[in-house]
Amino acid sequence: MNCEPTDARLTLRRSESGSLLLELAGDWLARAGLPGIDSVEKELAAGGGASAIEFNTIGLRRWNSGLMTFILKCHDLCQNNKLEFRVETLPVAVAKLIGLSQVVPEKKDAVRMVTHAPILQRVGESALKEWSGVKGMLAFTGENVLAFLKMLRGRAQFRWADAFLVMQECGPQALGIVALINFLIGLILAFVGATQLTRFGASIYVADLVGIATVREMGCIMTGIIICGRTGAAFAAQLGTMKVNQEIEAFQTFGISPVEFLVLPRMIALIAMMPLLCLFADLISIAGGFLISTAMLHITPALYIHRTIEAITLTSFLLGVFKGMYFGVLIALTGCLRGIQCGTNAAAVGEATTSAVVTGITAIIASDGLFAVICNALHI
Amino acid sequence: MSAAANDIKIEIRDLTMAYGSFIVMRGINARIKSGEIFIIMGGSGCGKSTLLRQMIGLKEPAQGDIFYDGVPFWKSSDQARQKSLRSFGVAFQGGALWSSMTLAENIGLPLGEYTDLSATEIADIARLKLALVGLKGFEDYYPAEISGGMCKRAGLARALALDPEILFFDEPSAGLDPISSRNLDQLILQLRDSLGATFVVVTHELQSIFAIGDNSVFLDSNTRTMRAQGNPRDLLKNSADPYVREFLTRGEPAAKPTAELNPV
Repeated sequence: MNCEPTDARLTLRRSESGSLLLELAGDWLARAGLPGIDSVEKELAAGGGASAIEFNTIGLRRWNSGLMTFILKCHDLCQNNKLEFRVETLPVAVAKLIGLSQVVPEKKDAVRMVTHAPILQRVGESALKEWSGVKGMLAFTGENVLAFLKMLRGRAQFRWADAFLVMQECGPQALGIVALINFLIGLILAFVGATQLTRFGASIYVADLVGIATVREMGCIMTGIIICGRTGAAFAAQLGTMKVNQEIEAFQTFGISPVEFLVLPRMIALIAMMPLLCLFADLISIAGGFLISTAMLHITPALYIHRTIEAITLTSFLLGVFKGMYFGVLIALTGCLRGIQCGTNAAAVGEATTSAVVTGITAIIASDGLFAVICNALHI
Repeated sequence: MSAAANDIKIEIRDLTMAYGSFIVMRGINARIKSGEIFIIMGGSGCGKSTLLRQMIGLKEPAQGDIFYDGVPFWKSSDQARQKSLRSFGVAFQGGALWSSMTLAENIGLPLGEYTDLSATEIADIARLKLALVGLKGFEDYYPAEISGGMCKRAGLARALALDPEILFFDEPSAGLDPISSRNLDQLILQLRDSLGATFVVVTHELQSIFAIGDNSVFLDSNTRTMRAQGNPRDLLKNSADPYVREFLTRGEPAAKPTAELNPV
């Protein structure tokens, strides 16, 4: 059984009946260097054609797909050149397999034609695709607003238990990472502020800088980005997998709106949790600044706390918390949208997750810019 | 080794399957001859697929072992097990095709990993395997673009990629219409006759069982062991066990009435 495979040999001969005789010998096992079909083609072309192809397999030892692909090519060659293929000269098992491979005829229209559309057409098509993406996003947002209104009237089909579960996942369980990142942000802000402000002898204003920057911007943005990467991605992956398993279609067949049943609890959870997380983030970040200021800039703790309280107005604080809540809505929308739009294979789930995080973070940063402009105009 | 012993391709010896401390099945023994189609049958949830998973190296048995060509499978080194795995082909229930690859790429992947064939040679083999299962011309399709039955056949084509000596097939007829199901049975028979491979098929479709089975094992979740073994047609005629007869006749009148119901 385990003897070394000998080389596969192919000898071409003309038989007296005018057919081409292929003598196959040795081990025809699939590996590199098996004789190819080109020598047969060449012989046919050079020898002025033949009426048939037949085989002599007396010297043939072991064989597998390596032989089969060769024989199949001979078969195709015969069909294309209208030669007789003497299948009876092959070993029975090979003949059977050849027969099996011919049972179902090739589906001609199945073969893909790769067509290259002109560039204008491709530009137009991708523009239309983008536009339908935007329309899909708008429609999804609209559905969510309707579902939300329905919930306010107490008629939405969803379970509060689901919402509480998501709240737990995206709230308390995220405290660790939110604390770590925001503490570091507080440290960094204080460092950067200190190096600049001490030059003017105004190092006490580090407290103002950390306080205002954190409460108005950094707290909610950093929390938004963390939750987008953590929870938004989870939403997209979960809903995407449900889409692959046809679970979402199963909801639809029961007349249950996937938006109400799946998206609404996630939206509620983030609306409830994001302001709390922002509050927590603000506190931790200010603690980071406090640590640097008291330890390195020799500002007394009482003075730092006093300056912080002076600097933060209720408006800035509420603005930050409101933005956090708004980012929560964006994260829930993008995560769930990408999940529900997901294709039906494993790769699509990955794409949906990537797209959810990218869209979510972009939306967070862009809308934060918008908020800055609006606040400036309103002198908030 | 005697000639008769050489003929035994697979031997299951005193196999116990368990999940943690929960014993699913114990005392499974079977000898499968080379070129046989061996059926693993039994009611839903009795551990048919678990037995298959142990045979193809996905789950270690709690006790006992499976011998391929007389070589123990689980009690060997990882390397030896890997070597055994190379002579297997596994067709999963839903095809389990890699969804990010075309059918030709699905079949070509193991060939690219384990042989020194060139890209064109691999493409030729992929074409051949797809032709064998009646999917000629679908080389460049993605699994998501073809029907469930076609996925199943493409899964079989992928299982055939490395010219396996043993082919494992999980629920070939599940989810297929009667004609496709019969065609698949015919395909299995023809492949066995022409390739000389040994087949291990998990199924509970009676028509398939009688159409293709040479040998079988009947698992029962109530007694947690195998309840019968042998050629399914003989079991139908001669089995003394009323439950086995009931199963093989779908519980229809020919069987003696029994108080015991099929486990759901």
